[in-house]
Amino acid sequence: MNTVIIQYNAGNIQSVLYALERVGVTATVTDNVEAIQSADKVIFPGVGEASTAMAYLKERKLDTLIKSLQQPVLGICLGMQLMCAYSEENDTSCLGIFEEQVKLFKPTDQTIKVPQIGWNTIANLKTDLFKGISENSFTYFVHGYYAALGEHTIATTNYIQDYSSALHKNNFYGVQFHPEKSAKVGEQIIQNFLNL
Amino acid sequence: MLTKRIIPCLDIKDGRTVKGVNFEQIRDAGDPIELGALYASQGADELVFLDITATVEKRKTLSELVNKIAHRINIPFTVGGGIKTEEDVSILLQNGADKISVNTAAFLDSTIISRFAKNFGSQCVVLAIDAKCEADNNWYVYLKGGREKTNKLVTDWAREAVDLGVGEILLTSMNHDGTKQGFALDITAQLAETLPVPIIASGGGGTMSHFHDVFTKGKADAALAASIFHYKEIAIPDLKQYLHNQGIPIRL
Repeated sequence: MNTVIIQYNAGNIQSVLYALERVGVTATVTDNVEAIQSADKVIFPGVGEASTAMAYLKERKLDTLIKSLQQPVLGICLGMQLMCAYSEENDTSCLGIFEEQVKLFKPTDQTIKVPQIGWNTIANLKTDLFKGISENSFTYFVHGYYAALGEHTIATTNYIQDYSSALHKNNFYGVQFHPEKSAKVGEQIIQNFLNL
Repeated sequence: MLTKRIIPCLDIKDGRTVKGVNFEQIRDAGDPIELGALYASQGADELVFLDITATVEKRKTLSELVNKIAHRINIPFTVGGGIKTEEDVSILLQNGADKISVNTAAFLDSTIISRFAKNFGSQCVVLAIDAKCEADNNWYVYLKGGREKTNKLVTDWAREAVDLGVGEILLTSMNHDGTKQGFALDITAQLAETLPVPIIASGGGGTMSHFHDVFTKGKADAALAASIFHYKEIAIPDLKQYLHNQGIPIRL
């Protein structure tokens, strides 16, 4: 199996690469169009800021490429948010694979921290991405913006309100949490994606 | 529900864990990778690796170690010790660290914080503050591993650092560190209640109830400890079960 991680100007690519190694998969990190198109599985990671990342993707025509992919694609964290229609983070039009909107967390009191950093539960799990994963399993999150609930929601998490911690449409999957940093649960989710 | 985090801290010198550790479960207790992996498997929520050699010639050793840790460990980890430049940060992140922590260097040149936040994102910039409560009942910032006093109040420095872009604050009370008499609840709560970033409390955790106190009275988002875990005085699974039973949101 040929697994590709899309290289762009966002962090945590190494962590994803190492997590894949832990489940026995050697992936290629590349921004080469042919390499990405011909991969069996594509991972679109990311930690960073939405408008800068989108500008980078457009400049390299990776935006149209990602939307056109037919094989299973997994967006992680910012990767998932960029697959949505729009992000409030610097008023950014995103890829529009998922219709859901990405909004800034608004704390209801000053003890609630933004970004959310730490372990939170995922619930209402759908699709084979979560095969064998128990309801309310813990995964690791670091994010100040969230995708609203919508028709493509396949996992929900509560922080200030319920939001989409995973999305799915056709061959596209996105997770807000970091499976590469979510201990055994995360490794199972990565394995499930590779098994799709 | 977002849970409170339990964070073991490993001090590293010349690539080895210092402070005696005594674990028969692992072959080499001085190996930070083995010890970190053990804590991760026991349910630690994150790890902190603090390089106390942190000299220029050792930097390559540290990045190689970070790379090995990143290959082995499936939870987030922070690396600190002697980080001064964008290049230092870049090398550590490239090798798989999730966050870096800065202390003295950031105090001496606070543009470090804004530059790191801009280049790498606030989420990976942790500010470590060594704090000491003086006779005047104020908490002051100390530098250089607690050897040098400043006249800066902890609350002022923490606020400035948040405005400059730090993503989390690791607050160590020098008055409490090593005493096993409990965390510094007042200053921890003061920061946690006024700042928009998570506060990691450190120093003084000796019993399971101390951790309960720091999450309730101290309002901490995370608690860090070293020797009580290294010496098996408290086992992480027992601590987390206890906190869960006490009604603290905890990942089990």
